[in-house]
Order: sequence, then C-alpha cells, then structure tokens
Amino acid sequence: MSLSVHLRDLSLRYGETTALDGLSLELAGGKVYGLLGRNGSGKTSLLSVLAARRRASAGTVLVDGEDPFENTRIMRRTCFIRDEVDAYEQTSVRQALRFAARLRPHWDEDYAHHLVDTFKLPVKKKVSALSRGMKSALGITLGLACRAPLTIFDESYLGMDAPSRYAFYDELLSDYAENPRTIILSTHLIEEVNSLFEEIVILDNGRLVLHEEVDTLRARGVSVTGPAEVVDRFTAGLTVLGEQRLGNTKAVTVYERFDDARRRAARAAGLELGAVPVQDLFVHLTRQPEAQR
Amino acid sequence: MFDDRSPIYQQIAEKIKEDILAGVLQEDEKVMSTNQYSSFYRINPATAAKGFQQLLEEGILYKKRGIGMFVSQNARETLRQQRRERFFEEVVDAMVAEARMIGIPLADVIRRIQDADGGRS
Repeated sequence: MSLSVHLRDLSLRYGETTALDGLSLELAGGKVYGLLGRNGSGKTSLLSVLAARRRASAGTVLVDGEDPFENTRIMRRTCFIRDEVDAYEQTSVRQALRFAARLRPHWDEDYAHHLVDTFKLPVKKKVSALSRGMKSALGITLGLACRAPLTIFDESYLGMDAPSRYAFYDELLSDYAENPRTIILSTHLIEEVNSLFEEIVILDNGRLVLHEEVDTLRARGVSVTGPAEVVDRFTAGLTVLGEQRLGNTKAVTVYERFDDARRRAARAAGLELGAVPVQDLFVHLTRQPEAQR
Repeated sequence: MFDDRSPIYQQIAEKIKEDILAGVLQEDEKVMSTNQYSSFYRINPATAAKGFQQLLEEGILYKKRGIGMFVSQNARETLRQQRRERFFEEVVDAMVAEARMIGIPLADVIRRIQDADGGRS
C-alpha cells in the first residue's frame, strides 16, 4: 500500500522560469525519502507535480504507474501537506478534520484524536486564528492521520518549536513502522532530520544532483587535513568538493568512500581524516560558482 | 545521539555490541525490536534493521522466526577476542605515540601500569 514514483525528463516551466529542467528520478516506494535543495531549487515544484497540483510542461510522470494529473484514483491516495493548511480560513479545526475524514479513504479517526491531543490543537478555533506553529501542527495531523500511500510533507513544520517538531518525528517514525507507505519530506533542517530518512534526493536548479541512501552518503564525505603539499598529493584525482587553508595547513573535503587501506595510507602520511556531516556535504554539492547562477 | 563519522547502521551495531560486552545484554536474551530501536534513537526503521542484519551476519545475534532477535551463545567471547586483537594497535600504540610527542619516558608509563596492577607483575 505504498506508491512508487517514476520521473523521466520532467520539465516544468512557468512563463520564462524553468522550475524543473529534465529531471529523472525513480523512487521504489515504501520508504521515507528526504528531499533537499536550496531555496528555488525546485522542491515544491516537484512535489506539486507529484501531487497533481501542477501539470508537467514536458516529460513523463508516473505515480503507481499512472499519470497523476486529473487522476482521481491516484489523487485520493496522495496527501500533500504544504507549509500552509489547505483549508478555508473560516472553518474550524474540527471541521477541517471532519472534512479530511470524509475525503480520505484510509483516514484513522482514533489516530487523529491522538495527534490532536499530542499537539494540543484547539479544535474549536478557526483555522485562520491559529498561530503559525498550530497551523503546521494541524497540517501534520491531517497528513499523518490520512495514511495516504503517498504522503508528502513540504516544509510542514514551519513555526513549530523544537519539542513539537520532535513529537512530529516520533509520530512519523512510529506510524510509518506500523503502516509503511511512501513518505516524502522536504526540509532545510538537514542535521535534525536526516536520520529519519532511508534515502535522500538533492535538487539544484531544477536538476537532480544526487539520489542516495543516507548511510551511503554519510560514508562518502571525508575531510583530509594536513600540510598543504601532502594533502594535494593525497587528494589528486579524487572528487574534491571544497578546500580551506590555514597557514600551511590545508583541509580538503572529498566526495569519495575511503577503504581501510586508504585510511591507513593517509594516517601513515601524517594526514588527519574527518567525517563530513550530511549538511556540509549538501552545502558543498549545491554550491556553484557565482558565474553560473 | 549519533556522530557523523560512520553510517548509522554501524553505530547501532556497535551500541548492541557494547551492551553485550558490558553484560547489559546477556546471551540468549531477546534484543529490542528494530521498531523499538527506531523510535528510541529517532532513526529510520530500515536503518536500524540494517544494523541488526550486520549482527546476524557476524553471528552475534540469531533470529527466532516470529519472535525476534536474540544474543548468540558465544557472542560475548567473540567480541572480547575481537577487541583484544585491536587493543594493542588502537590503545597501546596510540598511547606510546602520545607519550613520545609530549616527552614522557616510556619507563614512567610502564611504572604507572605496574602500580595500577598493584605491583603484581
């Protein structure tokens, strides 16, 4: 009961702007995916196409093997939670929940109540009167309780404080473990959430930069520090993501998996090897020369 | 909770090994499920499962179908043996290098170790 995603040469243009530029991506489904990218990289555009809110300008989009656009079967099984709640501002929280219960085939009423309690949602209040954090909590409640086979959270925790965000992560993990489905979560809080993901997708300028298992990515980045000439000799021919200098000491970040032999060789040469946090890798992978921007 | 040095699944495997070495987990004792590990450490269940898989392959854990994972009979001894092999390289050699760098004679180090042993050796 989880949907797969298949994208081939997907492009999305708004007038002069190219939001997605020949994107190809394969998500097997049934996993928690992290979607990362800088502002304007195309994350929301991609998610909007998957959720049938926008039609692709070119290319193939298949969700569970079908084009999702104006496709009732797919749309009913897809839940898209943005940073804003898609409810009429004048409805109350309780009405918004009732509406979702009627619309959503897999809606779990008990679980929705549990989430309302967890996030202390004021059910009688109008959606328009909710604080930023409470609007997000409502979105998350709708998103989790609908148990959609394709559930998408697009920066859905905006305005939520750290304890509420952690409550969201805990609910997401335990509910996913009991009810596996395809979950895509876009985020800028990379360090905070990357352990929730099984795979990470990085976009930049509407293109795919990387699609990788998180643990593989973690093992990939290595920082090599030592005397400049030694570092240069050691990292020659490797994929260098960035470098820094302090006097004669140089630190180079390489995108490469180091096996034991290479680690030993580095230590023998007097070099220090360090780990690169996923967030730093992300910064390196999406940083471009100014001229290209 | 987790450092960025190695894949999380390896860190999960290491934590379970530490628990076995320290006697927190006894042989033939049931280990918490992957879902329990997942929610306890706030990590993806598949990542936790991968850590368990590694321990199964190493023979540290064994599986009872439909019941869960258990600590193998000889797990603690196997782990102690592995640690012993790494001890001189990782602990002693590193200590000797540090002592040399800051100018502590190795004789002083040896005396200290003998004192710690209550002068028995």
